[in-house]
Amino acid sequence: MASRAPGWLGPGILMLGFGFLYAPIVLLVLYSFNASRLVTVWGGLSPRWYGALFRNEAFGSAALTSLEVAAAAASLSLVLGTFAGFSMVRFTRFPGRLVFGFSLLAPLVVPEVILGLSLLLLFVTCQSWLGFPSRGMLTIILAHATFGACFVSVLVRAQLAGFDRALEEAALDLGARPWTVLIRITLPGISPALLAGWLLAFTLSLDDLVIASFVTGPSATTLPMAVFSSVRLGVSPEVNALATLFLTVVSLLVGLAGWLMARQERRRQMT
Amino acid sequence: MTGLGRIGRLVLIGAPFLWLLVFFLLPLLIVVKISLAESTIGIPPYTPLLANGNNSLEWRGTLANYALIAGDRIYLRAYLGSLGNAALATALCLLIGYPVAYAIARSRSVRRQLLVFLVIMPFWTSFLIRVYAWIAILEPQGLLNQLLFALGLVSAPLQLLNNQFSVQLGLVYSYLPFMVLPLYGSLSALDKSLVEAAADLGARPSQAFLTVILPLTLPGIAGGSLLVLIPATGEFVIPDLLGGPSTLMIGKVLWDEFFNNRDWPVAAAVAVVLVAALAIPLLAAQRFLEREQAA
Repeated sequence: MASRAPGWLGPGILMLGFGFLYAPIVLLVLYSFNASRLVTVWGGLSPRWYGALFRNEAFGSAALTSLEVAAAAASLSLVLGTFAGFSMVRFTRFPGRLVFGFSLLAPLVVPEVILGLSLLLLFVTCQSWLGFPSRGMLTIILAHATFGACFVSVLVRAQLAGFDRALEEAALDLGARPWTVLIRITLPGISPALLAGWLLAFTLSLDDLVIASFVTGPSATTLPMAVFSSVRLGVSPEVNALATLFLTVVSLLVGLAGWLMARQERRRQMT
Repeated sequence: MTGLGRIGRLVLIGAPFLWLLVFFLLPLLIVVKISLAESTIGIPPYTPLLANGNNSLEWRGTLANYALIAGDRIYLRAYLGSLGNAALATALCLLIGYPVAYAIARSRSVRRQLLVFLVIMPFWTSFLIRVYAWIAILEPQGLLNQLLFALGLVSAPLQLLNNQFSVQLGLVYSYLPFMVLPLYGSLSALDKSLVEAAADLGARPSQAFLTVILPLTLPGIAGGSLLVLIPATGEFVIPDLLGGPSTLMIGKVLWDEFFNNRDWPVAAAVAVVLVAALAIPLLAAQRFLEREQAA
């Protein structure tokens, strides 16, 4: 784009913008190694809050619950979202397609309090009529799978739209059955979206506070719920340590996924 | 793909469709239903809409919850406050996000990929943690006040937390990536020769921006604005952690109505009014996302 803006303007804007986005996170990580109990006074380097974090049983059991919920919800999301994304791209006519498309995209923007409250009322109504499900891990998994599936379907649709259908047609011409083509050609072809979708659904579930708080029962406390009740009492250095661990794990996973996708992309270009 | 068979097609479409009918659309109808009920002590804590009368089923629905919302100024103030806060946050995100997206779109390709990755990264990290990080910065004894004090700009700590300022800051911070990505999408798709043509024809940079670049990136502006405005209006975590007693936002009102007052029918009515208030932006957002998907 032609313009006569000075050369330092672009980099300057980028530094300000990304400084704003990342400064709080960098400070959080830095202060997780703070020796002082006061969160805003620097008392030297120390790993003491990581030790305290690992001895915190409330966080430990909540983390296990969260991981189980996230793994189950992400896997369900992956199946439902892949089916949905595939249907929307490949089947251009079926009854209710408009409603289907709307319910696939609306959960991405509808405020979480609405999703949470409406799902809770569904589960309560169901329970009084049918006697199940009782509120707890199962209801959180069902709720998270719902919005997770919507995110997966977005990624699958984007990848399918750019997928070269000549490969499928070639396989069909060579006598492969449609289901074989779907499983041996199409699914491997969109595997980057499947991996990214599972990971996104997993981290969204791991991070959700509002919806889980509505639909859970007394038996299940997730990690964000435990963190939230601790943060409401004030800033705690243990939460800083937990946040740092979380950020590290997520960055590694996302980095790994990015590397795998880039490698696959290179391989495809070579062949 | 044809040839998957009727049953295959039925499973591929039917499974997710049925799931969304049960877990997204049906629950919205149940919210409407319960907003017409009365609060009661029991399990579940609301009255049935149909009850056995003398000989037949009797309709027991009531609009009392809506009357309560309409009559009590606090709800109106919360709705307007949320919409106002969200609208201001949207405008600020646009003001900050546009130059950032523009600078990213103008970067060279390798660096551009890295910058886009850095914008997406916050989506993957914890929302709760990113909001929480601001508490330590904005506290009276927090890092920002320490910095301002060390620079000699203030002599007493500023009240930066638990007020309107911190809520606004939290909203802008949390939703900025939702604005930058659609803007980047439309800016990177912009045909550069059009801008060059405008310059060749003697347009000043500001003229070229207003008459060529801005109109061509309107879809990105509209999309980003909707992705910020709608969720920000119903936001709960930010007003709860960063807001003070004077911050009235409808997401928090709904939460308190449900968890603290245990009044499920009123919470449901608050939700119905919120969805109604957001109906037009919601439909517009859905259309925007649909078009993005098609592209």
